[in-house]
Amino acid sequence: MEVPILKQGTYLIASIQSALTDADLSQLREALVARVGKYRARGVIVDVTALDVMDSFAVRTLRDITHMARLRGAETVIVGIQPEVAFAMVQLGLTLKGVATALDLEEGLAFLNTKARERIDRA
Amino acid sequence: MSTPKDRTPSPQPPSAEETAGLLRELVSHLRQNRTQLREEWARRITRAQLLTAMTEEEIFAEATSVYDNYVEALETGTFEALQAYARNLSERIIPRGVETHEVVGIVLLLRDVLARSLFAKYHEDFNKLNRILDAYEPAANRIANTVAVGFVQERERVIRQQQEAIRELSTPVLQVRERLLILPIIGVIDPQRARQLTEQLLRAIRTNRAKVVVIDITGVAAMDANVANNLVQTVEAARLLGATVIVTGLSPEIAQTLVTIGVDLSEMATVGDLQGGIEEAERLIGYKVLPLSETTATA
Repeated sequence: MEVPILKQGTYLIASIQSALTDADLSQLREALVARVGKYRARGVIVDVTALDVMDSFAVRTLRDITHMARLRGAETVIVGIQPEVAFAMVQLGLTLKGVATALDLEEGLAFLNTKARERIDRA
Repeated sequence: MSTPKDRTPSPQPPSAEETAGLLRELVSHLRQNRTQLREEWARRITRAQLLTAMTEEEIFAEATSVYDNYVEALETGTFEALQAYARNLSERIIPRGVETHEVVGIVLLLRDVLARSLFAKYHEDFNKLNRILDAYEPAANRIANTVAVGFVQERERVIRQQQEAIRELSTPVLQVRERLLILPIIGVIDPQRARQLTEQLLRAIRTNRAKVVVIDITGVAAMDANVANNLVQTVEAARLLGATVIVTGLSPEIAQTLVTIGVDLSEMATVGDLQGGIEEAERLIGYKVLPLSETTATA
C-alpha cells in the first residue's frame, strides 16, 4: 500500500495508515527523499500512529529517511509512536538514535517550526 | 514377624464397591454421632489453642459447617463443594489473622477425632476396623489436603493482590505544570516494577501530552546494572514519544556504583535535586518562574 505524502507549506507529511511491507517502506523512503528536493521542503513528518508493531527494518528505514532528508536540507521528525510500541522498541534495542520524535502531528509541526526559527536566528 | 497380621493394613486394597459400602457405613456413623463428635472436635480445638482469633461460638459454628462439608465430601467423593467452602472460609478468616498452621491443625484434629470414634466403634473387630480405615484414610487425607491447599491459595491470592496494590500506590505520575510530569520513585526497583513504571509513564505522557518528565530517584536506596539499564530504557521509550526525561536525586552512593560498574548514562540528562530538575524542565518548556515582586516591578 502506498503511503500518501501531503505537502503542507514547506513541510511534507507522510501519514502511514496501515502495516507496511518492507517494499512499501523502501518505496516510502524513495518517494520522500525525491519529494524533499522537488518541493524544496524544509521539514518532513512521518506519522506512525497507526502502526502497532515496529520491526528493525522499519526502524532502519525511518533512520535512513531522516539522514537522507537531512543531507537534502530537510529536518525529519517521527510522530505518533504508541506507548506499547515504544516499550517494545527499547526492549529490542531499537531506539532511533539521532532521530527526532514527537508525540503527535501537532507536536511535530511545532518542533519543525522551532527548528526553522533557530535556522533564521542563526542566519 | 512380631507384628500380628491383623494389625497391619489389609494387604489387598479394598475393591471400589467395598470402599463405597464402607464409606456409606462410615458416613451414617458420622451422621448419627454428629452432635457429640462435633462438640468433641470444638473442645479439642479450644484446648489446642487454635483459632484464638475467634470466639468459642464462632469456632463451634465453623466447626459445624466444616464437619458437615467433611461428611458430605466423604459421602459423595467429590471435592468441588469442599474446595469452594474452603476458599470461602479462608476468605473470611484470613483477614482475622488465622494462620496456616491453625487451619491445618484443626483439619488434622477432626481427622483424629473421627478416627478415634472409629476405633471406639470397631475395637472388637480388628479386620473391620482395618478395612474401614483403609477406606477412611485416603479420603480424609485428601480432604485435609484440599482444605490446606485452599487456604494457602487464598492467602497467596491476597498477598498477590496486596503486592499489586502496593505497586499501584508506589508509582504515581504527577503533573506539576502543563506538559510537565514528575515521577517520584521510592523503594526497590525490580524488573517487574521497572516495566510497570515505564508503561505507566508512557501512558501518562500520552494522556497529558507531556513534553518533559522529571524522574526523581531520591527514594531509591540502591541501584545495580539491571536497574540502571531499565532506567535508560525508560528514558529512551519516553523520548520515542517525544518527551525529554530529566533524572534527579542520584545519591552519592548510586553515582559511585554507576561509575564503578560502568553504566553509560551519557544519554541521560541528570540534575542534582528535584528542584533543579523542575527548574530545568520549566526552561525546556518555556516557563520562567519569578517572585511576584519582580514581575510587578518589570510590568
